[in-house]
Amino acid sequence: MLRDRYEEEIDDILKRYPVKRSALIPLLYLAQRESGYITEAAMTEIASLLKLTPPQVYETATFYTMLNLKPVGTFHIQVCKSLMCALVGSDTVVAWIKEKLGIGPGETTPDGAFTLSLVECLAACGTGPMMQINDDYYERLTEDKFDRILADLKATGSSALKSGPFMWPEPLAMKSERPIR
Amino acid sequence: MAQHEPILLKNMSQPGYTGSLADYEQARGYQAVKKVMGKVSPTEVTQLVIKSGLRGRGGAGFPTGVKWGFLPKDYQGLRYLCCNADESEPGTFKDRQLIERDPHQILEGIVLACYAITAETAYIYIRGEFVLGARILEKALGEARQAGYIGKNILGTGVTVDIWVHRGAGAYICGEETALLESLEGKRGLPRVKPPFPATHGLYNKPTVVNNVETLANLPHIINRGPEWFAAIGSPPKSTGTRIFCVSGHVKRPGNYEVPMGITFRELIYEHAGGMRSQKPLKAFIPGGASAPFLTPDHLDVKMDFESVAAAGSMLGSGGVTVMEEGTSMVWAALRLMEFFYHESCGKCSPCREGSSWLVQTMRRIMNKRGRAQDLETLTDLCKNIAGRTVCAFGDAEVAPIMSTLKHWRPEYIALIHEAEAANLLRPQPVGARGSA
Repeated sequence: MLRDRYEEEIDDILKRYPVKRSALIPLLYLAQRESGYITEAAMTEIASLLKLTPPQVYETATFYTMLNLKPVGTFHIQVCKSLMCALVGSDTVVAWIKEKLGIGPGETTPDGAFTLSLVECLAACGTGPMMQINDDYYERLTEDKFDRILADLKATGSSALKSGPFMWPEPLAMKSERPIR
Repeated sequence: MAQHEPILLKNMSQPGYTGSLADYEQARGYQAVKKVMGKVSPTEVTQLVIKSGLRGRGGAGFPTGVKWGFLPKDYQGLRYLCCNADESEPGTFKDRQLIERDPHQILEGIVLACYAITAETAYIYIRGEFVLGARILEKALGEARQAGYIGKNILGTGVTVDIWVHRGAGAYICGEETALLESLEGKRGLPRVKPPFPATHGLYNKPTVVNNVETLANLPHIINRGPEWFAAIGSPPKSTGTRIFCVSGHVKRPGNYEVPMGITFRELIYEHAGGMRSQKPLKAFIPGGASAPFLTPDHLDVKMDFESVAAAGSMLGSGGVTVMEEGTSMVWAALRLMEFFYHESCGKCSPCREGSSWLVQTMRRIMNKRGRAQDLETLTDLCKNIAGRTVCAFGDAEVAPIMSTLKHWRPEYIALIHEAEAANLLRPQPVGARGSA
């Protein structure tokens, strides 16, 4: 049960809003963090926490693309396919993923490690092609960089190639300590 | 290239600037809050902002101070401010930079706006994908609360402003202000029928103002340096101040450039963004995010202010400028954007929900060389039946790519259809199709 495991965090969320239902999306995120996706049991529990009916929770949960109602891989790769990224090669990124991981859009590798989703604009149009893996952005992708990211993730679960606080173009004086490579 | 003094990007352009409270204070941060709290009345702050000519930077360009003025003056109950950080307009990535590099500039703007409209609670609605941005804002909020710039009794003046970060969950439509409010209330992000407007019936049915990140970030500077200073920048009287234009696509140096409004697209694209990435000349550009109609090389000398771009048949919108080189298929580009709108239509209004699906199918058919001559008429007809017939501006936005490419590059559509027709002639006819006589 979420209530038992995250009592403090739930209270902290609830106190932000004068109307309980506003806490719905934050609590759905909590459920997703817990199990990787949002289970029916979690939705029922959230409904009772917020004094809502389960359908009210479900109708909200189904509206938002970031809320997964089905399990996804450990690493959820989301490639931006909108025009701005497509102009600079996002279709190629999808092809690399097919070639290197053997999965197409909506598919998960047999070991459950990677899921690929094609998504619409992630607001990184100046640094495309780009992808988001779980919480992190990876921008200005090249095949070499993509290979290194995959190798890092497989080896350690994270990659130093993820973007830091965003600024592009980078100020001249700061080039050496820049996060987007 | 003319050098322009950055305002919003100034701090973050300094070497070593981390966006921490200490850095921000050293750059004269929170001076505006100290200047007005308990010294200048909220109404006077609103007047200052009206005088500055500041217009919303989210897309619609509505005068900010005037928007604040719509709140009922005699209403005694709660009021809310929402900072719209749901940046999702394709081509736009300025708010992300403002949030992740200089969060306190935005927080100070929020405090000032709350003071002006006497709201005690503000929510920053940030798009769900900006996980890093949300973390940075939370950290900055912690610092500002600790220092007494946010919370109860700010700097001993008795003013209360609480700010909370609320993450969205991946829906473009939640950038529309009433959909944002619905989403913040924990519902599906469906835009509301207006009137009533958020100014009277907003969040939890209370008077509410929704302002974009960049709009709010301008406030401390307007207070510190005066409305006259601000109103002299850019293209007065209607387009004052700077804007952060986001350049993407086939240019040498894509990125965010803060310039006074009123420079030309040519200057932005060829000087700031370094021109085209290869020898191929510019074929088309989108001047203000995916919702803005495409423009042609003939429009490069149009001034980048609200009125001039509107007169050229497009809009300055969110400031996302996307450049396309010769060789880019305009049918393909319009289809890509149409797929975006099809995916993001919230489903509330039939013309948009059904129309976007029809538009995508028709466009795909043309692109796949299976189009028919009457498809162009179908497209035009569909577009005309969507625009202006929906609850929010999404309907007008989704037809922009198709209508504008049909207008400027119609021969490309026709060529694809001709190819389709030629291929059809060669296709073997089914037995009996020619009659048995």
